[in-house]
Amino acid sequence: MSRQIILFYSTNQAMWAADVLKESDIKHKMIPVPRELSSDCGYCVEFFDKSKEHIDDLLINNNVEFDTIIKL
Amino acid sequence: MKQIYFDNTATSFPKPPGVIEAINHYLMNIGANPGRGGHKAAIGAGQIVFNTRKKLAKMFGLENPMHVIFGYNATDTLNLAMKGVVKQGDHVITSSMEHNSVIRPLNELKSSGIITLSIVHAKADGVVDVNDIEREITDKTTTFVFNHVSNVCSCEQRISEIGALAKKHNLILIVDGAQSAGVVPLNVNKANISLYAFTGHKSLFGPQGVGGLLIADDFDYKRIKPLKQGGTGSLSDQTVQPGFLPDCFESGTMNIAGIAGLSAGLDFINETGLENIYQHEKNLLKYFVESAKSNVKGFQTVGYTDKSINVCSFFIKGISVSELAQVLSEKYAISCRQGLHCAPLAHQTLGTFPNGTCRFGFNIFNTKDEIDKATMALAEISKKINTKTL
Repeated sequence: MSRQIILFYSTNQAMWAADVLKESDIKHKMIPVPRELSSDCGYCVEFFDKSKEHIDDLLINNNVEFDTIIKL
Repeated sequence: MKQIYFDNTATSFPKPPGVIEAINHYLMNIGANPGRGGHKAAIGAGQIVFNTRKKLAKMFGLENPMHVIFGYNATDTLNLAMKGVVKQGDHVITSSMEHNSVIRPLNELKSSGIITLSIVHAKADGVVDVNDIEREITDKTTTFVFNHVSNVCSCEQRISEIGALAKKHNLILIVDGAQSAGVVPLNVNKANISLYAFTGHKSLFGPQGVGGLLIADDFDYKRIKPLKQGGTGSLSDQTVQPGFLPDCFESGTMNIAGIAGLSAGLDFINETGLENIYQHEKNLLKYFVESAKSNVKGFQTVGYTDKSINVCSFFIKGISVSELAQVLSEKYAISCRQGLHCAPLAHQTLGTFPNGTCRFGFNIFNTKDEIDKATMALAEISKKINTKTL
């Protein structure tokens, strides 16, 4: 099964996204950004059991700024 | 002799035990730098910082936690706010009750030829008349800078009325909240404040070295020019400063231990209740003033009214404020601050420049028993002045 990962410009926004997912009871974890995806030194959020579209809407509705959601 | 600490206006003491535990926990068990690595400890540090942003946003009525910017103290973020928003030729309006953290940067901007400045004189109680502010507005006016609560006499400016005036004229309102944060309940958005600077080490009960700036949700943060550039842990492949919040204003490693302590300080305030803190301090102030007026010959308050919150500036006739503070410290173990309190303009307004005053600043940990002891000490000192035996 493919993995779904949210990438951010700011690790502060990643923290906020994780908080939004937590409050919505969506299973997720914070992980280092896979090297092949970005040269950034921070972390990203991997989520489980939800569609890309669902997470996309949730984050936008909460004004969380993110780069993109990627399927690996 | 147990110390009686009445210098809470300078910095609060003691700190709630949870604050010390939180700092200790971070330093002992986490220790990492948020955003500078993807390991668990870095994430743990990031969570401390984010949770503190969230708590501050909630306390001050902000929806977006990214609108909470960390700095080192109120002076630091007042400089960011003022120097960040003004442009060449702007006219700025401030008051005669400002701390040097406001008036010195403004005078620097003025002497550099960047801004023109109007200082609105407060009334005898230290409060500025909003009509007097409006009279100073010109077609060049862009910005108001006002303190919320005075560090000299704890009078509260009518900040919501000033906010409404700023909104009416489409001006930026910068507020110095060094003395009000953690004492006076405030919704930054509702009060029409654009930028609110706070420090962590006073009534928010954090340690020294952490403070911040709150940006109203509807204020376009791009109107603030960052004063510093550097590493942010984000967009590390780029050699220019990121443009997004909060990274654009937070270059360099932050005081994470301080933020951890501040976070616990916010928990303490939420558990105690902001209204309870405000009322306790106001009650102590009233109790002290009434007691000292009845028992201490020559006791004179400065700028005190029934609206004063938690600070009493005073002197005793016949003794200088420096000698008074020295005797209080050495003979009675009472800590207070004498002099001009980094607010020469405020003392000019209140008629106590250049001699200054003695200042008692109360907090939630102070008790009536401590005030009774202090009043007895002042009464004893006053008696000795009058019998020339001091």
